[in-house]
Amino acid sequence: MIKIAIASGKGGTGKTFVATNLFYTLLLKKYRAILVDCDAEAPNAVAFFETKEIEKSEVNQLVPVIDINKCTFCGKCHEYCNYNAIFILPPMKIINVIEDLCHGCGACSVACIADAISERPVSLGKVETYSVNGLPALFEARMNIGVMSPVPVIKAAIKKIDNHADIAILDAPPGTSCPFIQTVSSADYVILVTEPTPFGFSDLKQSAATLNKINKPYGVIINRAGLGDNSVYEWLKENNTPLLLEIPFDKGIASIYSNGQLLVKKNKKYKTLFNGLMKTIHQLFNTF
Amino acid sequence: MTEIAVISGKGGTGKSSISAAFATLNCKVVLADCDVDAANLYLIFNPSNEEDEIYISGYKAVIDYSKCTNCRSCINQCRFDAISLINDKTVISELACDGCFLCSRICPENAIGMVPSNKSRMYSGSFRNGKMVYGRLAPGEENSGKLVNMVRSKAKKISGESGIETILLDGPPGIGCPVISTLTGVNKVVIVTEPSFSGINDMQRVMEVLRKFNLRAFIVINKYDLNVTLSARIKEWCGQNGIELAGQLPFDKNMVDAMIQGKSIIEYNPDLKISKEIHKIWCKILKTD
Repeated sequence: MIKIAIASGKGGTGKTFVATNLFYTLLLKKYRAILVDCDAEAPNAVAFFETKEIEKSEVNQLVPVIDINKCTFCGKCHEYCNYNAIFILPPMKIINVIEDLCHGCGACSVACIADAISERPVSLGKVETYSVNGLPALFEARMNIGVMSPVPVIKAAIKKIDNHADIAILDAPPGTSCPFIQTVSSADYVILVTEPTPFGFSDLKQSAATLNKINKPYGVIINRAGLGDNSVYEWLKENNTPLLLEIPFDKGIASIYSNGQLLVKKNKKYKTLFNGLMKTIHQLFNTF
Repeated sequence: MTEIAVISGKGGTGKSSISAAFATLNCKVVLADCDVDAANLYLIFNPSNEEDEIYISGYKAVIDYSKCTNCRSCINQCRFDAISLINDKTVISELACDGCFLCSRICPENAIGMVPSNKSRMYSGSFRNGKMVYGRLAPGEENSGKLVNMVRSKAKKISGESGIETILLDGPPGIGCPVISTLTGVNKVVIVTEPSFSGINDMQRVMEVLRKFNLRAFIVINKYDLNVTLSARIKEWCGQNGIELAGQLPFDKNMVDAMIQGKSIIEYNPDLKISKEIHKIWCKILKTD
């Protein structure tokens, strides 16, 4: 199976739009396709489909619990913690865990020589599995409100991918830092969705630099073509970066999408466009 | 000193374009670009670079192979699945490493060192309507919340020194760590949303974050005319939840044309309907306590 991440540096360029329409196109062509919504801070892909929830699993992180009766206030756990998540005042016999700062690395448990640290799970979010046409096909990573990092939830969702499928589409979160990297690093190929505006172009270059750094192959889709200017086209040519698809700027698209509907269902022209994209991907990977 | 944060939940609703417009209205501002993953406002304002600071985003574990005996101690302890034995060699994945230092502390051969990631920068300087601070996270570097904190404390310092009272923070999308870093302790929050079902979903999620921090929000509906039914629903939701609607803006191609010319919509043409509307919204936000 192959995994394709749909990503962008800038938010709102049309990642979910491309991911959902491509996924639906693949299903229509009877591929065994999977869609993973990795935008755990703002997941929105599921609502585009008629689905049934079939499984829900919690994603937890371990945080330390300190037994005050056993603690000798030696301070070694505090010294080992690189996230400043353990607050200690030895003369006052005060020691507290600041759970929001804890990354669950377990260093404090290793450090403790008094056997005073145990761990308990706290929820970071969940991964929900939905079926489409009777098969598990949609996985949604959803981070709890107030949690700092979506990375563990994204990781758990990607782990759910069943390798028997032909192709998995990963709808990535925006940006170029940890959540983005967690998603694209597990993909075989990345599709960067951009728009031909100065902001879109600047963020595209940042995403491309990140992908170059981790040696990930990628191609570009220009959404809202017709708005903005030509800089992005020139840059693609100069860098021999493949332009996989252009989606014209069209107020009609915005209106269909804004209602949570799939464009390929509503509009023949776009059905053809996404069929073309599927063929392009097919040519990139001769097998799937 | 008043700190005003502009956020959205969903990306691409127009946070930066609207922040740029706010930043070029009557009062001078200290403008802080807190979207350190994808900083964009410097493209419009081309600020002078008066100061830059190195930002250490974290540390990565690196193995000294002249000492490593492949004893697996580090592999067994790493909670981030970052270390594995590949072809009889202990290998650390730079991408998976969280920089917790545990492996370097427990290695019996002292074979693991921690190397700082120091390619990210914070810049500060002046632009045509005040001062500006922005962070740029190097490709692949992380911990953007910490860089946001650094940008914000620099903005406060500049505000104190320059006497410019208003700090405008252009926030990142989402609801995670960099957003929380942008929001903690600010005086006012502007949520820019759009009338799409995902825009509304994400606005509601970000509102829940605000409630956790007891922050008050002003809602701006951008591109309201792309779906008037959903815009009406947003208004209704604001009314039911006692959230102030600061105003609504039409979709206007001039926003993109202004950006291409390196101008905010106000600088591009202050007489456009959208410019006047943004002016009204900004006054409302500044005046409301």
